[in-house]
Formats: sequence, structure tokens, C-alpha cells
Amino acid sequence: MTNVPDDLLYTETHEWARREGDNVRVGISDHAQSELTDVVYVELPKMDRQANAKEAIAVVESVKAASDIYAPVKGTVVEVNKALEADPGLINREPYGQGWIFVLKIDNPDDLKQLKDAAAYRAVIRS
Amino acid sequence: MPVQYTSIVEEHQAVRNAVGIFDISHMGQLVIEGSGAREWLNGMLTNNIHKLDVGTGQYTFLLNEGAGIIDDLIVYRIGEQSFLLVVNAARTEEDFAWMQKHLPAHVKLDNRSADFGGVAIQGPRLMELFHALFGKDMHPPPRNAIADLPFDGTKVSVARTGYTGEDGVEIFFPATDAVNFWNAALENGKPFGIKPCGLGARDTLRQEMCYPLNGSDLSPERNPIEAGLGFFVDLTKPNFIGRDVLLKTKKNGPREKLVPFRMKEQGPPPRAHYAVFANGERIGEVTSGTISPSLNWGIGMAYVSAAHAKIGAQIDIEIRGRKFPATIEKKPLYKK
Repeated sequence: MTNVPDDLLYTETHEWARREGDNVRVGISDHAQSELTDVVYVELPKMDRQANAKEAIAVVESVKAASDIYAPVKGTVVEVNKALEADPGLINREPYGQGWIFVLKIDNPDDLKQLKDAAAYRAVIRS
Repeated sequence: MPVQYTSIVEEHQAVRNAVGIFDISHMGQLVIEGSGAREWLNGMLTNNIHKLDVGTGQYTFLLNEGAGIIDDLIVYRIGEQSFLLVVNAARTEEDFAWMQKHLPAHVKLDNRSADFGGVAIQGPRLMELFHALFGKDMHPPPRNAIADLPFDGTKVSVARTGYTGEDGVEIFFPATDAVNFWNAALENGKPFGIKPCGLGARDTLRQEMCYPLNGSDLSPERNPIEAGLGFFVDLTKPNFIGRDVLLKTKKNGPREKLVPFRMKEQGPPPRAHYAVFANGERIGEVTSGTISPSLNWGIGMAYVSAAHAKIGAQIDIEIRGRKFPATIEKKPLYKK
């Protein structure tokens, strides 16, 4: 069983979101990185880009496949992880740490209620 | 065979630097025998079977009347008038049906795919593992040859071939012995750093060598000359299915050619179906692409219009609406 930290929120599409005040920091789950393996390229979203929930705004490419990364909630991109351009393998090594992908300023904090908690996400990846 | 056991890159590196084992039990085996089998088969396949002594094999194509590729395969001559065809799993039924349709009464065609299991063992430490498995005094057959060797009280067929560019063997045995052989190879391979390898590594390894994959780089819409594999077609043979069309292609030159390319910058991996441009004009389409784990660089193969199919030519690969520069290269893309 892969690591699913209790203090994060998750999507069915395997993104995680960490609340940081008015923002959420977003990456992909340990489960997702272990399925993809060997991430070789990350296409980051543009700064200040506005995105709706479930809109594809980044791409993570492994040797195996290209996967869209979706905004977990509606918001505006306020930070992107430039370190991934030089070292995309950070996503494999530290999916919940240095492997984060972008930070969204949340439009409406209530939207976070649409996301899954750790227990619900564990059920998703077990099925 | 799964896409990967642990990681495509780790499995790939094991084959390049140590030794890897692939489960190739899915591959098809067709056995053809009977008086006149040799002459008949020579009219079905593109390469020249008369060059084969008993116990040797060659890479060849099975074509339709339009010279389109039904399958690429290895044919082994296993007796005076008996042949083993090792074919792509997904094409086995089609190959069988096509040959059955042309089969003369005196030749027998058998689909033995369900009877055989198989592994490919590939990598620079092959010989050490081979001796550990078969004994110090045993030797694998030379390149492209096949031999029956004793193993653990039974006999297995060992062919010196592969799909990785490394020294390697493909070994076939009764399907019921597959688990036993697999476990023995993994156990004996431990001191040599063996790794079980999946389809993902098989794909990156073959792409570095520019070996084509049927269904991606080869199809019934493409012929071997367009695919740059005319070496495996003997047009001096008086007749074989597809010959007339190939003679025309050879005379007029193919409209498009399959070429290997290498990206000029670090960037997203090229992948099948991406469009290829030259000076803003669309000239073709990628059929295989990946990040090469050995080169840590984007590589691929594409069919491009013949006028642009020149080594050193500058092309662009369109990835999600953006163009990324690449150069047409010589085969293989990876050299030791």
C-alpha cells in the first residue's frame, strides 16, 4: 500500500492538495507516481492562469505515458515548481514534498469540501 | 508480460549493463513442414530461405499482395524441410490464416503457440548466466542460430537473438515448464544483477536500436522498403508475395520513409502520432517515441516524405501545439 498522508485532500484523478491559508499546494499522490514511474518531463501551468476545478492545467510525462494533471478546485496559479524542469524525478522521490507541481489561490474555500479525505482516497486506490 | 516489474528505466539499465529476462511466452510459434515446405515458404516470405542451413534463422517479412506488412518474424530452419516461425503475438492468427489460405496439400502448417513458453535473456552478462544455467561446458549457438540444449532433465530450444541490441538468447520450452525455467533463471542470475523486465523496457531498448515494432512502425499500409528494411527482402528471388509492388517501390523510390530522429533540446518525450514538420510544412508522423534511458534524451522514429528523409535534416515534432526541433539520425540511435 502506498503512502496516503492523513493531513491532505485528494481527487479521484490522484492529485493531492495541501491547504496553505488562501492557497492550495498541489502534486500527485504516491500511488500515482508509482503507477507512472520514471517521470521524465513536467509541463507546468502558466503563472496567473485561471482554472476551473477538474481542468487539465499541467502534464506529467513518464517513459510510459503522458498524464494530464487537473486543478483540484477553481483558482489562479500563483506559484509553479520550476525545480521540476531540471529534475522531474522529484515527483517520484518526494511526491508530497519537493515534487509538488503548482500552488493555486482558491476562489472559494468551500470548494475544498468537494475533495476526498485520506480515508476516502485510500478507498479509491484500493478498488 | 507486464509493462514493468519495478521501473522501466531500472529494467532498461539492467539489460544494458548486466542482464535482464523477459517473459516472451505470448509470442506465436508456427511450425511448417512437409516435402516442398522450403520452396513454398520461400514464396511466402521476403528474405531468402535458401541461405539457411539447418539450425539457423533469419529476420523476414510476411507480406500481402500489395507488399503491405502482415508481420515481421524470425524463421528458423529446424530440419531439412521443417521450419519454426516466431511471430508477433497479436498477428499469430492472421499469419496462420494467410498462410493456410496459400498452403499446398503436401505442406503442413501448425500453430504451436499454446504449447510453448519462452524467455528472452539479454545483456552483457548473458554468458555468465548461460553457463550458470546450462553448465560450464555448454555453449549457446552462434548469432541467428538455434539449438536444442539439455536443461534440468528436458530439452529447450535456444536461439541466439533478441530485440535489445545486447548479446542475448531467446529460449523456448513446453509451456508447462515456463514457471520452473523463469525461477531458475532469476535464481541463477542473482549474482549477475538480473532483473525481470517488462514491455516498457522492451520498447525503450528496441527504440534505441531502431528495431521496428509491428503495429507501430510496421503495418499492412507500409512495405519493407518504406520501412528502411530492404536488407531483409531478396528481390532476386523469382517470386514471392508482394515482389511486384516492391520492385516498383524500389524503381520509383518510396513516397515516405521511416527515419530515426533525436530531439535537439531537453523536453517532452516524442510519442506515436505526433505530427512532423520541416520549414512549417507537415511532412509526416511519429510512429514510435520515448525518452531514451541510455541517452537520457528524446528519440523516436517517423515516416516522413522521401524528399526530407535525409540524415542530418532538421525537423520539428509538434507536441501539444508547440514545435520542438529534432534531427534525422543514422541507425542505431544508441551505440555502446
